[in-house]
Amino acid sequence: MYKIASKKELAPDIKLIEVYAKQIARKAKPGNFIILRVDDKGERIPITLAGCDINKGTISIAFHEVGKTTIKLGSLNRGDHVMNVVGPLGNATKIGKYGRVLCVGGGVMVAPLCFQAVALRDAGNELITVIGARTEEQVILRKEMKKISSELFIVTDDNSEGYSNLDFLKDLLTTTKIDYAMVMGPLVLMKEVTELTRPYNIKTMVNLNPIMVDGTGMCGACRVTIGGETKFTCTDGPEFDGHLVDFEELEVRRRMYVPKEKIAVLFYRIFGENI
Amino acid sequence: MIKKAIPIPKQSVEERIHNFYEVALGYSEDQAVMEASRCLQCPNPFCVGGCPVEIDIPTFIQDIKERKFDEAIMKIKEKNSLPAIAGRVCPQEEQCQKMCVMGKAGDPITIGRLERFVADYEHQRGVKAPQKSRPTGKRVVVVGSGPAGLTAAAELAKFGHEVTIFEALHTTGGVLMYGIPEFRLPKRIVQSEVDYIKKLGVTINTDSLIGKLYTLDELFGHGFDAIFIGSGAGLPRFLRIHGENLCGIYSANEFLIRVNLMKAYRFPEYDTPIWVGKKVAVIGGGNVAMDSARCALRLGAEEVWIIYRRSRQEAPARQEELENAEEEGIKFKFLTNPLKFLSDQYSWVRGMECISMQLGEPDESGRRRPIPIEGSEFIIDVDTVIVAIGQTPNPMIPRTTKGLQTTKWGGIIVEEETGKTSIEGVYAGGDIVSGAATVISAMGAGKKAAKAIHEYLSNNKAEMK
Repeated sequence: MYKIASKKELAPDIKLIEVYAKQIARKAKPGNFIILRVDDKGERIPITLAGCDINKGTISIAFHEVGKTTIKLGSLNRGDHVMNVVGPLGNATKIGKYGRVLCVGGGVMVAPLCFQAVALRDAGNELITVIGARTEEQVILRKEMKKISSELFIVTDDNSEGYSNLDFLKDLLTTTKIDYAMVMGPLVLMKEVTELTRPYNIKTMVNLNPIMVDGTGMCGACRVTIGGETKFTCTDGPEFDGHLVDFEELEVRRRMYVPKEKIAVLFYRIFGENI
Repeated sequence: MIKKAIPIPKQSVEERIHNFYEVALGYSEDQAVMEASRCLQCPNPFCVGGCPVEIDIPTFIQDIKERKFDEAIMKIKEKNSLPAIAGRVCPQEEQCQKMCVMGKAGDPITIGRLERFVADYEHQRGVKAPQKSRPTGKRVVVVGSGPAGLTAAAELAKFGHEVTIFEALHTTGGVLMYGIPEFRLPKRIVQSEVDYIKKLGVTINTDSLIGKLYTLDELFGHGFDAIFIGSGAGLPRFLRIHGENLCGIYSANEFLIRVNLMKAYRFPEYDTPIWVGKKVAVIGGGNVAMDSARCALRLGAEEVWIIYRRSRQEAPARQEELENAEEEGIKFKFLTNPLKFLSDQYSWVRGMECISMQLGEPDESGRRRPIPIEGSEFIIDVDTVIVAIGQTPNPMIPRTTKGLQTTKWGGIIVEEETGKTSIEGVYAGGDIVSGAATVISAMGAGKKAAKAIHEYLSNNKAEMK
């Protein structure tokens, strides 16, 4: 059992929790993920780390309450426990001194992006950061990102704040030399940004989040096609060169259980734990 | 002399294809005694030679015959700490029973069923805490809690060492929990065997992926004196043919983990979903393929095909499992190999192009090599595919341990008799060494390694003095 040390609402339906997991905190690096199971009937879900604190012995994760597991997780409070946490899983982000780095994050994934961006900044990189969400109130960690970036752009789908799309990036890329890019967020965002950077040959890393079950190199559910080759996200990733990723395949595979997930949420909303 | 074996009561086919309860129900006391009384008590028993852990088979059978069931189970446990599991999943027909003299004139003694009977008899009455040796003060890590790890842990604890198991998953038992289905090996049986191991004083840490949470070096740094690696099979093998990443195509590992470990067959009571269509093809001819096919049937598939590139004779599955599958209406297409998967407009699998095969000369495995018959391509309609053609050894420890020698397939290289690896104090056994093999061979490897570790620690102690 893993105790929740703190809980914060970053935006409506987006929560950030710190969980006591001393041994994982000791080893966790930006880019790693954990597998978490809320209770003994729960699903194992992967969540990318949004931070860790070795002194407190905690790890941080941010999640958007969209599925049954994240809704259950969001209902827990400080002092409550989650049943299982395994990690740190996957390979850590390669943090090098690249020069000027473009960091793009969307939705809840801005939280783990921030963890990586801090490490990139500390390694001596200059950061140009773009963060976005559907609406202004769902944009998270503005202040934190602003603090570590030389420039910060906000994008909202409904145009309630900043830009309404990524067209401005085209101009930015023609006028500013970018040495490296890192994108975390919904697949459409990762795909769009990799297409924008492709003509400029900017190495663009993406952190993939396919369906996983065990997360420890056993099930093969997380297979993705990278440069025409099948790779396993849990052992070969989760970070890959975005220019080589088959995003269409990943998008379809991620949707495999959407109807079932909707049923699970519906049943949970009606019956709670008493199915 | 009774030539025929006493048949084991089973759930009827009509009933069992709609549930996940155990298929074979086990002998009653009288049935067990009757079966035991068929044993000739050979003065020079061949059966023992066929047992990878050398159980004194005639003696425990004699005990059953005399209704001394407690003695029988003690006799088995001298050699095997997990009899309720081995009695259910061991390929006895290839091992002890194959050697049985009774098999020449009739049916061999059903040694596995008798082993299971006495193990279940003990479980029903409560398992007694076993005898332990005096503590040696040595601390040993066991990585993985599958059949190899549990056996090694039990043996090491009996020698008096302090044993700590690290298990990556959230529950103890490894493949016994995530791989073998409930209807073949009920999970409560596995858990009561695990309880027995705990009674020996073994500490079990779940959620602990060695290689990530701790490296082997760190474990030695924490004061452990030796390590046994039983981290088992890892990434699934795929066919590497066109369309393999379409939706609806599972590895057997994923499929079985969802069903067995995550209990997806009880969705939405349990949160993990699974999707099974009407027409399912399972590719492979081993026990994992049979398990997958029978799970798919129980999850509501209308038609389940086993597609295997060799013939029935070469199929590595246990005879009993092939028969169970056939009884339940699983259909077989032997001498058939998939060439590519066909997609519908939504990127879900809708069919499979296959080719017929014929058997040629024996290959390096000693089995006749399957050769495609040109022009024999055909298409079968399927909406779910489960690829059950094996796994590679788990990559986590080999990838994070300097100096640990592995084969090109990623298996850890060990000394056959001891399980000794290229690193001093580190031993390994089970699927992490051999690739996917049987539960009993993993148990055998765990046992051998435990003995070698004990010797290593005893010598070490002498040196230190």
